[in-house]
Amino acid sequence: MTPGGWPLGRWRSRTAAAAVLAALAGLPLVAPTYYLHLLTLTFCYGIMAMSLDLLVGYTGLSSLGHAAYFGVAGYTAGVLATRYAIGFWPALTLALAAAVIVAALFGLLAIRATGPYFLIITLALGQIIWGLAYRWVSMTGGDNGLRGIPRPLLGPGLHLAEIRPFYYFALIVTALAAGAMSLLTLSPFGLTLRGVRESESRMRALGYNVWLHKYLAFVIAGAFSGLGGALYAYYNGFVSPADVSLVASANALLMVVLGGSGTLWGSMVGAALLVFLQNLISGITQRWLTILGAILVLSVLYAPQGIVGAARALAARAAPRPESRRAPVPTAEPHP
Amino acid sequence: MGRMTLELEGVSRRFGGLEALRGITLRVPEGARRAIIGPNGAGKTTLFNVITGELAPSTGRIRLFGRDVTRLAAHRRAAMGLGRTFQITNLFSRLTVEENVLLALQALSPRKYAMVRPLRRDAALLRRARSLLEPAGLWEKHATEVRALSYGEQRQLEVLLALAGRPRVLLLDEPAAGLSPGERREMARFIKGLDASLTILLIEHDMDVAFEVVETITVLHLGSVVAEGSTEAVRADPAVQEIYLGTVEARGAR
Ligand SMILES: Nc1ncnc2c1ncn2[C@@H]1O[C@H](COP(=O)(O)OP(=O)(O)O)[C@@H](O)[C@H]1O
Ligand SMILES: [Mg+2]
Repeated sequence: MTPGGWPLGRWRSRTAAAAVLAALAGLPLVAPTYYLHLLTLTFCYGIMAMSLDLLVGYTGLSSLGHAAYFGVAGYTAGVLATRYAIGFWPALTLALAAAVIVAALFGLLAIRATGPYFLIITLALGQIIWGLAYRWVSMTGGDNGLRGIPRPLLGPGLHLAEIRPFYYFALIVTALAAGAMSLLTLSPFGLTLRGVRESESRMRALGYNVWLHKYLAFVIAGAFSGLGGALYAYYNGFVSPADVSLVASANALLMVVLGGSGTLWGSMVGAALLVFLQNLISGITQRWLTILGAILVLSVLYAPQGIVGAARALAARAAPRPESRRAPVPTAEPHP
Repeated sequence: MGRMTLELEGVSRRFGGLEALRGITLRVPEGARRAIIGPNGAGKTTLFNVITGELAPSTGRIRLFGRDVTRLAAHRRAAMGLGRTFQITNLFSRLTVEENVLLALQALSPRKYAMVRPLRRDAALLRRARSLLEPAGLWEKHATEVRALSYGEQRQLEVLLALAGRPRVLLLDEPAAGLSPGERREMARFIKGLDASLTILLIEHDMDVAFEVVETITVLHLGSVVAEGSTEAVRADPAVQEIYLGTVEARGAR
């Protein structure tokens, strides 16, 4: 089935999501805290990567500045928490608002451009945020970053100081964000994004305001990226210019491509792959970038649709459904 | 003559040094069926692009249903009831046949902005998609990606998408191009059978298809209108025979 439809049928994908969620919920009972730490990082980056996939895989907009919104929200939350002692929920709300405002402004500049020009403009806009993080020392701490962001106090008795409670909180936030983005891809609006990706001129001829659809997608993706960034700031306790750098944006794009662009869930898989490999391998060798390059080359050669894309293709070959690709999705049949 | 559906006044369009359209003036009354013919490169597709708003004219004015739309965005003209097909097949190739039709059906409804309720829950919309695909014989392929369709089926879908939004004016850019003789006749019959109130502009190289469908012809050559009138009058026009029909007949005689 096509990316963004119900890939395995609605029932099967719901079962799969529930199984993964149950496994992740049970994990703290058996797994060492180090793995919970890596998974929590995966959640933060994964939310950003999934939101980037809304742009790259669904709308056909390859942004190379998506860490900007992650960073704007992360810094906003960090500054409010450390300098103004503002509580978690209001700080989170303001952090998301900041990401949305910046995405709404940058979108005005970026959306008119197409192809490589869009890539370059988003890159340049991302560098503005990096420059701010680096130069606005009194606010951001400059090169040293912003330290001492406290773990959130959700409510009376709900202090997420320990890794396990934070892990659960991050899991819930991630599940909700992933669910919301997943719903978006299945909505009428989600279909219009894939239509824009396939043919803008046909969309215009049908009566779609292509600019507006791209712009809305851009702002929504920025908002979710900001959610990932705020979660990251509270978890990590520290944000620095590296988190909004070009490398951070390129990493997010890599997660999308490795996982399989246009699959949404693949981006979370790509995030897990990068976070785990980076942390496990850089303990053994200094050659992380070399290994990353090799992974990228291998994936482009052997799994150009990414891990999830390749797995879907394999699954389709292993278990062809009767009538294969023509088989209607269960819910596709209108009730006569 | 009835009300004018489409009026062009002195419309020109340049591409750098090339003047693809030169001072085109055109009046198409409501319900008319008009063919635009002319050799390759005459400016026919450019004319369509300027009418739909895909390209801005360099000079001149365009009126649609009496309203000046010269500066109006393409999607707004579509919302006014202007539909088109493309000479080079322009579909959502990695989406399924059904998804293509759903996009066309929801294009003019505010529900296209709905972000939460899954599209698949909209049983009424799915029914409309099915009732559009079934008579065309495409329903059994509704879950197939469009790029896997045969060329003939893609050309069929090209027209179906343009009709899904129930336009009042339809611009068809060589709908039968590349089809087999049998498929061409079928396409001609299909276009001829469309609602009589629908205004149709048809770019067509195949004279048999054009003569089957239209009552008037506009001949374009090097970006200018060189003849206009009933099919018989245009066919008999010596200038037209020289630049267009002549070459076709010469080719046919070979
Ligand atoms: N986007 C464009 N940029 C530059 N030149 C163009 C463009 N579109 C069309 N042309 C040129 O304009 C002329 C008319 O093209 P077109 O309208 O496609 O002709 P027709 O449809 O009658 O075959 C041709 O010389 C073509 O090369
Ligand atoms: Mg043409």
